[in-house]
Amino acid sequence: MRVHAQRAGALFGGLAVPAVSLADWTMNMRPGVTSTSNEIFSLHMTILWICVAIGVVVFGVMFWSIFAHRKSQGHKPANFHENTVVEILWTIIPFVILVAMAIPATATLVKMYDTSESELDIRVTGYQWKWQYQYVDQDFGYFSTLATPRDQIANRQRKGEHYLLEVDNPLVIPVGRKVRLLLTANDVIHSWWVPEFGVKKDAIPGFINEAWVRVEEPGVYRGQCTELCGKDHGFMPVVVRAVPEPEFQTWLAEQKAAAEKERELTQKDWTLEELMARGEKTYQTTCAACHQPDGRGVPPAFPALRGSPIATGDLAAHMDIVVHGKSGTAMQAFGSQLSEVDLAAVITYERNAWGNSTGDMVTPKQILDFKNQQ
Amino acid sequence: MYLVFSFTMFLLGGSMAMVIRAELFQPGLQIVQPEFFNQMTTMHGLIMVFGAVMPAFVGLANWMIPLMIGAPDMALPRMNNWSFWLLPCAFLILVSTLFMEGGAPNFGWTFYAPLSTTYGPPSTTFFIFAIHIMGISSIMGAINVIATILNLRAPGMTLMKMPLFVWTWLITAFLLIAVMPVLAGVVTMMLMDINFGTSFFDASGGGDPVLFQHVFWFFGHPEVYIMILPAFGAISHIIPAFSRKPLFGYASMVYAVGAIALLSFIVWAHHMFTVGVPLAGQLFFMYATMLIAVPTGVKVFNWVATMFRGSLSFEAPMLFAVAFVILFTIGGFSGLMLAIAPSDFQYHDTYFVVAHFHYVLVPGAIFGIFAAAYFWLPKWTGHMYDEALAKTHFWLSFIGMNLAFFPMHFLGLAGMPRRIPDYALQFADFNMISSIGAFMFGATQLLFLLIVVRCVRGGEPAPAKPWEGAEGLEWTVPSPAPYHTFSTPPEVK
Amino acid sequence: MAENQTYYVPEQSKWPIVATIGLGVTLYGLASILVNGGRGESTTGAWVMFMVGALIMAYMLFGWFGSVIRESRAGLYSAQMDRSFRWGMSWFIFSEVMFFAAFFGALFYVRMFAVPWLGGEGDKGSSAMLWEGFQATWPLVQNPDPEAYPGPREVIGPWGLPLINTLLLVSSSFTVTVAHHALKAGHRHTVKVWLGATIVLGLSFLVLQAEEYVHAYQELDLTLQSGIYGSTFFMLTGFHGAHVTLGTLMLFIMLVRVFKGHFTADNHFGFEAAAWYWHFVDVVWLALFVFVYIL
Repeated sequence: MRVHAQRAGALFGGLAVPAVSLADWTMNMRPGVTSTSNEIFSLHMTILWICVAIGVVVFGVMFWSIFAHRKSQGHKPANFHENTVVEILWTIIPFVILVAMAIPATATLVKMYDTSESELDIRVTGYQWKWQYQYVDQDFGYFSTLATPRDQIANRQRKGEHYLLEVDNPLVIPVGRKVRLLLTANDVIHSWWVPEFGVKKDAIPGFINEAWVRVEEPGVYRGQCTELCGKDHGFMPVVVRAVPEPEFQTWLAEQKAAAEKERELTQKDWTLEELMARGEKTYQTTCAACHQPDGRGVPPAFPALRGSPIATGDLAAHMDIVVHGKSGTAMQAFGSQLSEVDLAAVITYERNAWGNSTGDMVTPKQILDFKNQQ
Repeated sequence: MYLVFSFTMFLLGGSMAMVIRAELFQPGLQIVQPEFFNQMTTMHGLIMVFGAVMPAFVGLANWMIPLMIGAPDMALPRMNNWSFWLLPCAFLILVSTLFMEGGAPNFGWTFYAPLSTTYGPPSTTFFIFAIHIMGISSIMGAINVIATILNLRAPGMTLMKMPLFVWTWLITAFLLIAVMPVLAGVVTMMLMDINFGTSFFDASGGGDPVLFQHVFWFFGHPEVYIMILPAFGAISHIIPAFSRKPLFGYASMVYAVGAIALLSFIVWAHHMFTVGVPLAGQLFFMYATMLIAVPTGVKVFNWVATMFRGSLSFEAPMLFAVAFVILFTIGGFSGLMLAIAPSDFQYHDTYFVVAHFHYVLVPGAIFGIFAAAYFWLPKWTGHMYDEALAKTHFWLSFIGMNLAFFPMHFLGLAGMPRRIPDYALQFADFNMISSIGAFMFGATQLLFLLIVVRCVRGGEPAPAKPWEGAEGLEWTVPSPAPYHTFSTPPEVK
Repeated sequence: MAENQTYYVPEQSKWPIVATIGLGVTLYGLASILVNGGRGESTTGAWVMFMVGALIMAYMLFGWFGSVIRESRAGLYSAQMDRSFRWGMSWFIFSEVMFFAAFFGALFYVRMFAVPWLGGEGDKGSSAMLWEGFQATWPLVQNPDPEAYPGPREVIGPWGLPLINTLLLVSSSFTVTVAHHALKAGHRHTVKVWLGATIVLGLSFLVLQAEEYVHAYQELDLTLQSGIYGSTFFMLTGFHGAHVTLGTLMLFIMLVRVFKGHFTADNHFGFEAAAWYWHFVDVVWLALFVFVYIL
């Protein structure tokens, strides 16, 4: 008898866990901060409880049989094996329950698909492994890459509070406005997800998917890429800062001014030291994920730059591969991703770092000319 | 032979899962680099699906279908033999990719383009041919099953008198023949895109990466039923046997399996709710997917009704069968939640999905196979297995499995995406629990190896019908069943 | 050889293992050719492997079918065995249908969804902002990115060669049926004539198809690389052509067997299987003609 009790305990344990744990707040989905995410949350809870209720009834009958109708207790088997009424009933009742579930689900889905009347359009482009945000009517954009130091990932440093969920430049959106996201990708399929918004949409190369969000509360919201996109799929978080309208306007003005200033920088006369300093920064954020911070790469997929013929040989070939990428490999065309200044800086850096002492210096103007002659 | 091969693959795939769980034991990168982690998740999925579960069921089919319908062997034995030998060949090629320059396939078992085409490693071409060989093997195996069932039944065994395992396999074989060529088609498109410059999955030539997903999941969804339907069949033998009571609702069971199979062709896009399917399509696939709950529910109700007012005893096959019903139903519930498209936006590609399909496949397919193996082991070997050890195997598997996969529900709901080698700190605790459970489940399976080896070597001799309540032709012949059992067909009334 | 009253169970055979090794070696060789070639490395070793595999395959095919034919001629196969073969063949053809269905599905998807979206129509029409100046038309002569995929200059109209090919195949379906009826009626001479005619029709189809491909590649710039139109066009017609080749080969073997005096009026499953297969490629062609050429 004791054995039976143990078995039953374990079986019940398996069952009881969902009910208990789901009541526990931290284990469940969060309701989020948009009307969509709230609706999803209530759908989720409704269906969960329906499932629990069905589970209790079905498993209840089952455990009743397990306890009461055991051979060891001398129970004699009945011999029924059909009952049309019961069978029809348990086909129809689940069907009715399903219809009841489908109605609110349909309503929510229709709302999620309505991207009309947006008040701000942002184009979100997934790259291996970072996000680009372009403010469509404002004529500026920037990249958003992981900000967690490599030492934390390699366990050489204590992990910070937002380990793997922090970026250098978060997406900034105004509170209370309907923001339309135009999602696409540059290389492979990515997926843009912020749980608190209830928005998850795939970013597909060559196509644009639309999604929208209206955030009611200012704050910082974090998510991740959710479609396997290669080596650093786990290292391309999404961070969104929702700010009140006035703050957003100030920020917008700053960004536009900065973009303008960047364009001017192209014309400036640079020294080798300035370019090296800037190049190192650009290299670490843009190139180091593949080619590694020490330039040794991860051959054969990601070749070493230290001592490589590309970084020490013909300058034009080096510019070409950085600006246009190499098709069929993970090497992207950075010509459209980085400014002329950054391109010049990073090429200069690669030709002079880690013992690659060519002494070559590439200026932003050279890059501009190189791009124009194509 | 199928079964031995499948168990070898199960252990290989399992050891890859151990690598994955070991890396995920704590946040941060400790054991493997992300590139290798992705190769592990990919190979784990491929090997478990194509190498372990499918061959195991084909093995059961080869052994049991002739016995159950009173035939000497499968209808086309040489073709059968070929379809077996193709499998080790395919997996030799697949596993060899691990040692190639650029590494093994690293794009997940769903190998979405363009990650698997333009951005895939060179070994992808080998992977494609391995899939082709597996596909040929499955199609021929399935043709064989159909020919056997339709043609070699003993006189008097009408279709509606066939054992349910035979029924489920008939339908599974139909699904296999219908979808494996589609898989072959989609990998051929990949091959052409990679090597011959076509643009099926490249928008700049007018193609669409999402086209890949549509074709793949047209194969993929029936595929998951291929992995579960034979288990439904086996369970439908085991539960009545140990309840000492005939199966409740035989006819509705058959219809339910048929309905599930048909529905499986029109629900594929529920794997793609976030790719931006137009609204009308989204609604259609949501409704169709929800409908699957009806026939699946009927099956569960029937099993429970079979147990109700029976005379139950709990030997190892029954324990696995009962766990199957309970845990599979939990997997079904999470499946229903996933079917609700708006909520799926939050669940999609998170650990909630990982939890869902492991709840369906581990207690579904794997426990189903264990239950069937214990149920028929006496028939195969002529010896009884060690009941105490088998029960230990069950309880350790049951606890390990729940420990490994239940916390994944919470991880998914809390926002942890799948297929990541490292994660944010708030996911740490549950990942650790999950890893411990996975190690426990993995280690336990060595016990199964021990039990089977001991049972083959010797043990208490088994009578022709070792289980009191069991029904069917297979129990009318001595244990072990002689070679080419029924050389003259038995009469079925 | 095991003799039973009702069932025939063939003895153990080496062919399945030979077939596996042959297929494995062939495909491994082929993959190596593609991968090494793609990297610009030497493919000699891979070619050797591929050829060896292909030879093993050819040896296996002759051996395996040879022994099946011998057993069948020896009268070892019962009516039940014959039924198993029939089921096997029909389901095999069904699997082939599904294989083509995948490619037709791709064609329909691209035409109804992907291309219009890229051109700015429908639910994902905003995709057009990524492809300036792209017009969605079908046949697609200008691709979204003409630099990566230069489009074809022109495509092949349906009313020239394709129409002739259609007539050829439809009439070949007719001739093979006549041959079949003749076989059932025991008129062996008639069988030879009509089966021969079928093979000639099949071969002329293949020659014309090859002619069309040369024309497309050399004069129209319509190639596998010319975007999705070229991809679907060549994959569909190409796989169909491969199946016609296989079907012609099967019919040819049947013709040889008829000359050797095989088959009787009521035992000629090999012939029937080949004829079924032939009808199947014919039907696929009709679908191709409608959806690839005309529409």
